[in-house]
Amino acid sequence: MSSDILEKRKTKFTRMRMLRDRDAAQGKPKVTGQEADPRIAHLEDLFVICPECGESFLKEEVRKNYYTCPHCKHLYTMPVEKRLRSIADDGSIRVFASNLEAVNPLHFPGYEEKIAQQREKSGQAEAIYSAVCKIDGRDVAVVIMNSKFLMGSMGILVGEYVTRACEYAGMHKIPLVIFTASGGARMQEGMLSLMQMAKTSAAIEKFKRAGGLYIVVYTHPTTGGVSASFAGLGDITLAEPGALVGFAGPRVIEQTIGEKLPEGFQKAEYLEEHGFVDQVVERERLREVLSRILKLHA
Amino acid sequence: MIEELDRKIDEMEATLAGMQSAQPEEKILRFQLKRDRDELLAACRELTPADKVYLARHIRRPRIDDYTKALFTEFFEQKGDRLGKEDPSIFGGIALFEGTPVTIIGHRKGHDLNENIKLQFGMPGPEGYRKALRLMKQAEKFHRPVILFIDTPGAYPGLEAEEFGQSQAIAENLAAMSMLQVPVLAIITGEGNSGGALAIGVANRVCMLENAVYSILSPEGFASILWHDASKSKEACNIMKLTAQDLKPLGVIDEILPEPPGGAHRNPQAVYETIRGCVREFLKSTKNKSGKEMARARAKKIRRMDAAWIRIDKAAGEDK
Repeated sequence: MSSDILEKRKTKFTRMRMLRDRDAAQGKPKVTGQEADPRIAHLEDLFVICPECGESFLKEEVRKNYYTCPHCKHLYTMPVEKRLRSIADDGSIRVFASNLEAVNPLHFPGYEEKIAQQREKSGQAEAIYSAVCKIDGRDVAVVIMNSKFLMGSMGILVGEYVTRACEYAGMHKIPLVIFTASGGARMQEGMLSLMQMAKTSAAIEKFKRAGGLYIVVYTHPTTGGVSASFAGLGDITLAEPGALVGFAGPRVIEQTIGEKLPEGFQKAEYLEEHGFVDQVVERERLREVLSRILKLHA
Repeated sequence: MIEELDRKIDEMEATLAGMQSAQPEEKILRFQLKRDRDELLAACRELTPADKVYLARHIRRPRIDDYTKALFTEFFEQKGDRLGKEDPSIFGGIALFEGTPVTIIGHRKGHDLNENIKLQFGMPGPEGYRKALRLMKQAEKFHRPVILFIDTPGAYPGLEAEEFGQSQAIAENLAAMSMLQVPVLAIITGEGNSGGALAIGVANRVCMLENAVYSILSPEGFASILWHDASKSKEACNIMKLTAQDLKPLGVIDEILPEPPGGAHRNPQAVYETIRGCVREFLKSTKNKSGKEMARARAKKIRRMDAAWIRIDKAAGEDK
């Protein structure tokens, strides 16, 4: 597509979205499905509007830019495989622990259906993904959490993935990197979810005491039981810009203290200022930074 | 159901206490009281999870300071996290249990509203957890068994708590407790909610009073997360599996400690005796075990707790 046509389409898309938003603001019913304007539907496949700055961009452009808005640096959720590929050496990735299945321990009504639905929607088996790969030639175990799968909540399987990754990394004496993203413990597995906090923390501690290097990368959002267990135990702790990290969510805190929270509260930069993060690192620099840390521990 | 009866009996008892014994109404009232007590006892045979939540949160339920007075001697309280703060909602110190030095740590709730406000209703901040960790490390140094009393609505969700690293403090406790080289016994005496309870709850043996509850978070919080409606907490209670009777088959707890009819607050003395027996038995069974053995056993227990619910899909093959 020539840049001229592209510009025209982008302008058109922006205008149509504006009109639609105006309609919505005036309370006109939202048109969907068959009746939706096919012209805008087509353009919606192509373009994305940044929720932060309102500029529109080609999806392809955003994708190539590490899922970051080229204008305001807003971070989109990065699909787990894409994230792994963005830090790993080409052709070095081996998926790990993909043969685990969990059952519904509390017989929670509708839980199996919910999981099936989430799998269909996300194409992922769980809220977590683990692999072994190389970064600049150095072996490393990588665990990536997916906030789009049931809020990235930690159930038995998520805990088991983390624990197995620790054990694998410990056995092969390689460093462990975990990208955290979670809304907390998984409600549907009750106390067994909560126990994952103890299980993962114990596994990390054992790995660390045996001399293993453990790197945490906080991504948006990391809260609840995950932030208060394995995510809080890194030898090195990095964070993506703007990632929200904390035990209690902002809404709960506001309800408790009865006032508004300060701007930027619980964000990566705030944590860096308060001593809980070594460095805030942009996505495009992450591979390089990880590589350097690995080199320093070789 | 239980709530109404329990309150009614309390009211009647209060009226009776204020009456002069010769008054004619007294006899009637005594009669009614006896009838209602019997009804309560009958009802207590079939408690719903929501009833247990009510009993677990009862304001007159024995607190950690009551247990300390009743079960231990020579208690010496230890305060402060040595990082600039003291959190009264975690209570701890050294004491003798039938002659053996032990470290006691637990959440502290108040006996009335005023006390509760001072103690933040038993919701610790990071300084509380750091104090607990300091005491545990000290117990390890001096080879003292650790006895934990769990009774909290959860970790305190406040601005300052977050600023000073609530997550970090809890995570560090979990990590350190998995390796602690002394016997650790945890007793859930009231409500044990969320990471705030578990942060001082990783133990070799976990016991739970019959009407205590132990859950991933409060039923109100659960209902508001799942259904965006905190008022559906009763429904939440029914599916959360938070009672001792639900948790024992899941392997989350090891033993259920019986309570007197009507709940622990109706006869605290009986509860003290039960817990005394439990602590005595635990100390006896771990007396000849080394610290390393205790740590290893605890780590193994945590690692294997949920093994029954993980299936390895053979068809997908091994991928090492």
